[in-house]
Amino acid sequence: MAAIEAHDLVKVYPPGIRALDGLSFEVEQGTIFGLLGPNGAGKSTTIKILTTLSKATSGRALVAGHDVDRDQGGARAAIGCVAQKSGVDLEATGRENVILQGQLYGMGGAELGRRADELLTRFGLADAARRPAKTFSGGMQRRLDIAMGLVHRPEVLFLDEPTTGLDPEVRADMWSEIARLVSVDGLTILLTTHYMDEADVLAKRLAIVDRGRVVAEGTPEGLKGELRGDAIHVELREAYLDGRVQVALAGIAGVHDVQLEGRSLHARADSGATAVPAVLTALDAAGVGAASVTVARPSLDDVYLRYAGRAFRSAEDEAANLAQRQGDGR
Amino acid sequence: MTALMQTGYIALRHLRALWRQPWWIAVTLVQPIVWLLLYGALFRRVVDIPGFQSTSYIEFLAPGVVVNSAIFSAGWGGMSLIDDIRRGVLDRFLVTPVRRTPLIMGRLVQGAVVVTIQSFIIVGLAVATGAHYPSLLGVLVLVGMSAMLGAAFGAFSNGLALLARREETLIAAMNFMLLPLTFLSAGFMQKNLMPLWMQRVADYNPVNWTVEAGRQAAMGSGDWAFIGSRVAFLALFLLLCLTFATRAFRSYQRSI
Repeated sequence: MAAIEAHDLVKVYPPGIRALDGLSFEVEQGTIFGLLGPNGAGKSTTIKILTTLSKATSGRALVAGHDVDRDQGGARAAIGCVAQKSGVDLEATGRENVILQGQLYGMGGAELGRRADELLTRFGLADAARRPAKTFSGGMQRRLDIAMGLVHRPEVLFLDEPTTGLDPEVRADMWSEIARLVSVDGLTILLTTHYMDEADVLAKRLAIVDRGRVVAEGTPEGLKGELRGDAIHVELREAYLDGRVQVALAGIAGVHDVQLEGRSLHARADSGATAVPAVLTALDAAGVGAASVTVARPSLDDVYLRYAGRAFRSAEDEAANLAQRQGDGR
Repeated sequence: MTALMQTGYIALRHLRALWRQPWWIAVTLVQPIVWLLLYGALFRRVVDIPGFQSTSYIEFLAPGVVVNSAIFSAGWGGMSLIDDIRRGVLDRFLVTPVRRTPLIMGRLVQGAVVVTIQSFIIVGLAVATGAHYPSLLGVLVLVGMSAMLGAAFGAFSNGLALLARREETLIAAMNFMLLPLTFLSAGFMQKNLMPLWMQRVADYNPVNWTVEAGRQAAMGSGDWAFIGSRVAFLALFLLLCLTFATRAFRSYQRSI
């Protein structure tokens, strides 16, 4: 069963700005699904609709089997949400934040207290639990956000850009926490991010969103594989000027764009993993010694460029312009 | 039942924040104390005006200051809601199964507690400077009505916060409303000594309903039928403001 289903979601904000333009995807239970795209692509709007915060103009969405429009109560009880904006009450202590969150889900008593302490310990906040949250670092506030999102044991967790604005080390820690939520707790996670590496590390499947639509969907490896072109780089033992290198490689299927500069041999291959043995065998047969071989997979940046037809940077600029025109309306 | 408990949780959240900065109550008391002691001393001779029914201006003024402080402290209730909107706290609440009314009601409960504390301090101060209120029940009516009026203004302020979502708008609206509503009431002057047009306007002013009925109750000169009618008007006004706040909530949710 799919834990999340979005069918043809459309969201129009006045005055007629289409934040979502027929967005569809499905998330398999117990996996991390990444929504990847620049700011303004429609990721946050999608999360708002799937978490019942906002209503879609048209289209339908199910979360943990509950229609987010017709069965808001069921959907709300089944999901946890960590929004892009922190949402921590800075005047309250860490523990008070978690407790109130649990109370809003109808929890209470000693059981809620135990659950709060367990979560605070798990996210390394036990020592700080009785301090006001305004004394917390950015990373601690983010962990508190996640603890709050988990207090009622949701089936599905939404993480809207969970590592934006965090230091690199803190981000890496956060990644392992997120991965554990799936491997240990069996949650389904919908993650939005505009970091390519984050989607690559965490997501089992991902959808690339641009201008309110899904422009590509698949596993990170699959999407990169579709680019037809791992970069193969062979460092040769010496420079061969007689052309035998080119001749040797000409016959290998799936290897193209061969370039030789001194001792550096560059080529692109449909699949680097299968091409490398063939390349090495051919070089060996031609009497060419190789010192080292590296294969670089195309990055998700390349994938984005391919499917959205423009680089990430220009898409963000465009989104910023759109947001400006829209003013405070959102 | 659920809604009541949720109101309690939200109220507790705000009361705890208040508890952590009790000096805030002291800050909000500066203005009433200025009104009571300086303004009261300045216009001490008002009681000499023929037809003025009280012999002590402080005694007459204090209920007016109580009501005035109630609307001033509750009127700014929307500011912290704007803060919650900006920080994402409100959206976090809205994703949970919590009902919408407790999110507003919890804040109003806190506002009413603040108004009640302030009111007792102001009355106590007036008594300390020579005022005399014969009826404790009457003082309780005054404080209770002020808390109701404060809740109404708090609801209005929260509704406005949800619609405008900008501190500037809320500050402008409150500055535009609060002082005129105070002066268009019998807060500082006996009603039948006010210009006629002001008396007519005051008849429709919820601040004046509270001042007149609350003062009569506290000074023990009350006609309970009159006081009861003003409590009923006030209840209607509160209901109106709550409806406005609830509508504003819906409009907020549509816009996000």
